[in-house]
Amino acid sequence: MSNKLLELQNLKTSFRIEDKYYAAVDDVSITVNKNEVLGIVGESGSGKSALAFSVMGLHNRAKIEGNIVFKGKNIANSKPSHLNKIRGDAMAMIFQDPLTALNPLMKIGDQIAETLILHRPNMSNKERTEHVIELLNMVGIPRPVYVYEQFPHELSGGMRQRVVIAIAIANRPELLIADEPTTALDVTIQAQILDLIRTLKNEMHAGIILITHDLGVVAEMADRVAVMYAGQIVEIADVHTLFEKSKHPYTRSLLNSVPAEGQDKLHVIQGIVPGLKNLPRKGCRFSHRIPWVDPSHHEENPELHEVAPGHFVRCTCYKHFYFPDETKEVHIHGNPRG
Amino acid sequence: MAILEVEDLKVYFPVKAGIFNRTVDFIKAVDGVSFTIEEGKTYGLVGESGSGKTTTGRGIIGLETITSGRVVFNGADVTSRKSKSKDMRKDMQMIFQDPYSSLNPRKRVIDIIAEPLRNYERLSKIEEKKRVQELLELVGLSPESIMKYPHEFSGGQRQRIGIARAIALKPKLIIADEPVSALDVSVQAQVLNFMQDIQKELGLTYLFISHDLGIVKHMCDEIAIMYKGRYVEQGTKYDIFQNPQHIYTKRLVAAIPDIDPRNREKQFKFRRQVQKEYESSYSNYFDNEGLAYGLQSISDTHLVALPERG
Amino acid sequence: MWKFVVRRLLITFPQLILLSLIIFLMAQAMPGDALTGLVDPNLSFEAKEELREKLGLNAPWHVKYAEWVSGVVQGDFGESFRFKMPVTELLEQRLWNSFLLGVMTLVFTYVIAIPLGIISGRYNDTILDSSITGYTYIGFATPLFIFALIMLFVFGYQLQWFPTSGSVAPGLQPGSMEYILSKFNHLLLPALSMALIQTVSTVQYLRSEIVDTKQREFVITARAKGASESRVYNKHILRNSLLPIAAFFGYEISFLITGTLFVEQIFAYPGMGLLFLESINLRDYSVVNAVVLLFGAAAIFGALLSDIILSIVDPRIRIK
Repeated sequence: MSNKLLELQNLKTSFRIEDKYYAAVDDVSITVNKNEVLGIVGESGSGKSALAFSVMGLHNRAKIEGNIVFKGKNIANSKPSHLNKIRGDAMAMIFQDPLTALNPLMKIGDQIAETLILHRPNMSNKERTEHVIELLNMVGIPRPVYVYEQFPHELSGGMRQRVVIAIAIANRPELLIADEPTTALDVTIQAQILDLIRTLKNEMHAGIILITHDLGVVAEMADRVAVMYAGQIVEIADVHTLFEKSKHPYTRSLLNSVPAEGQDKLHVIQGIVPGLKNLPRKGCRFSHRIPWVDPSHHEENPELHEVAPGHFVRCTCYKHFYFPDETKEVHIHGNPRG
Repeated sequence: MAILEVEDLKVYFPVKAGIFNRTVDFIKAVDGVSFTIEEGKTYGLVGESGSGKTTTGRGIIGLETITSGRVVFNGADVTSRKSKSKDMRKDMQMIFQDPYSSLNPRKRVIDIIAEPLRNYERLSKIEEKKRVQELLELVGLSPESIMKYPHEFSGGQRQRIGIARAIALKPKLIIADEPVSALDVSVQAQVLNFMQDIQKELGLTYLFISHDLGIVKHMCDEIAIMYKGRYVEQGTKYDIFQNPQHIYTKRLVAAIPDIDPRNREKQFKFRRQVQKEYESSYSNYFDNEGLAYGLQSISDTHLVALPERG
Repeated sequence: MWKFVVRRLLITFPQLILLSLIIFLMAQAMPGDALTGLVDPNLSFEAKEELREKLGLNAPWHVKYAEWVSGVVQGDFGESFRFKMPVTELLEQRLWNSFLLGVMTLVFTYVIAIPLGIISGRYNDTILDSSITGYTYIGFATPLFIFALIMLFVFGYQLQWFPTSGSVAPGLQPGSMEYILSKFNHLLLPALSMALIQTVSTVQYLRSEIVDTKQREFVITARAKGASESRVYNKHILRNSLLPIAAFFGYEISFLITGTLFVEQIFAYPGMGLLFLESINLRDYSVVNAVVLLFGAAAIFGALLSDIILSIVDPRIRIK
């Protein structure tokens, strides 16, 4: 049996703006294996959330091209009735903002129970309630019987995120997509939630897609990392390679713009992330942010090149890239912050 | 020379309840905070949501009515009644967290930046325009963009407009409340670098409020950690990161994700260990109400909230 | 929740007192009094004064106010100068009629608004939605009194489907089946005329609430659980969207009162609105005062009711 859980083949997700379609996710091919955390890193506008929503089929009015092969079956553009059997069951999602992800008028317990009602209709009411309480216990919520009857506004942000996670893991999904699961939380709570996700992964052997803009979170959680820029994957590698031997100019620039030990000046990437309508569709999409690199070094149609087993880099410009200013490149050795 | 001295600052918010909406209790958002900032330095105020760090900043600049305490700025008490005139606060400005909501969307850039100038200085239209253009150039934006509206700018550019407004009156102190939290990593770097540049250029002093210890470490000379309205620890960068004494500080420092994947397991173990210590020694660090004790000095620069010895 | 209700009730009392005071003082400030229109204009000034004195019309305002309020509290609104009968008795039948008209209108209003609002919100920016919003714009633009007249003309006089005046056919035994049916028949046209116009604001409100709620994140959470579209709407979107509609209920009552003034006049329906207009013309102040007071109180209680409804449905208010 193959270890592949999810395989995206040339996924392209486009949104309509004024009668024209613009691809927010442009020709992305990746695989997620069982019992693996794939980190997807990118800044806002990189298409990382659009990618997650495409996999879950949660886009309302988007054009989806390419294949989304989940457990051997292509689920791209399949009927809602078919998707509804998978969503919340074999495939589940954790959302960014726990303050808005829960229905304000529904009891906590009922919101978790709903996934069970949908996917395990034969469960008796008593069994279901017991299972919900067990789930609340699992995600570390104290006094679960009491919390069952509470409403979202009565819980803190961290507690609500635990509820969101309980909803996602209720049916022991094989694929869990976490979209910025800790961005809205305080650091100590973030540490607890990440710890929880890690524990759950070890228990359930699920494949996890962890989407984040925080390089620290990726460094701590991911087995493999994909870096996205302007709708494309620009680099993908195992986590150690990515942090120590990154090649793509964008990855290197990004790593250098985070405060680290021995760094007086942070690296600033020139220009701004282009909006969806203005994404460069031809040539190297990162080229205009590194204008000092000779245009001839970019490929006409940049492709992912395998520079080492499992390490892919888009465009050949990485071979000629250097930092023009006084910033010295920081290589991650030792604890940069402690 | 100390430019800002805060003594026993308290900001309480009344809690109203019952049928007649009477004040039954107070939320002690800031509960006896004292500190001093030296001219030209960057002082970091760190805490999680609800710690009172933002309220402290707003209390100092006068956006929040303070319950008691003294704020001495530039040698003058800004809290005493007779100095409530706005001139006292001219040299103190604030940068806000969200560059999307802190700029009035219906105003042009020139009106946004010129607002403090109009409040304090009488300039002719031409002088005003010249000043705004100079300021825009200083923050790295094109002087031609004075007639644009905020939505025409990116997040980082908007934050620079906010900074231009803050430095329009050549202030001595800037209170920066989470100035980069709403921004992407690369834009964050841009704004932080820029803040350091103008600090050197204009001799600014910063009170830098943030929840992100990594950024605070990068920016600040001295750092204070706040929890539930009180200080738990204050010290130099070294004191806080290499020699944290309070369990809350340790927990906060341990919680920062480590950007080196090789330290992963070590970091998890460390975090668990700190968590255990936190649980077992909680009562040594917090009083019956779960609040921090008064500060004790453990070195020239290092203050920690510990129960009185003996 | 009880604390909230009690506190809300406590606010209601001063509102009611203020209302009664304003009504009383305004009535006092109006030129002329009950006597002006009733007595023989040839009567001497002294004789009129004497009559005024006798009727207590010359007492200082606060005495008159105290008298009036103490009467009102006991259900005594004084005597109608015109009908020569206690206002309370006069009001009884009228109040009942207007109440029926109001309830019927509200029922129609929501029976029309809820499905239209839901369809329009759920399938927004489709042809169906455009036709519904088109109807609401026409509704907003059409004055009620003109629309009611057209309804009366078309369905009352031309097609003769409905009676054109009164609240019940004459000569029927109160309580009999025919009596009830006749009452109902008389109600339909005025209630429908009012509801068709009044409902448009609720349709629009519900539509925009649904369009808003649709985009909230918890709806995505629900979809991610694998809930079908109909479940997403029934379990998640609807309840959250109906909440503000419940809050709107109180205002609906104020609109209803304004509406009855026109509609009762046009359909010659013997309710409070008609009574009000007639009494104003005849300066029958004790009746006017009573009607305005009841209208005002209805509006205040409407607001109270919607707040209480809201506190029951919304757990966020329930706690405080």
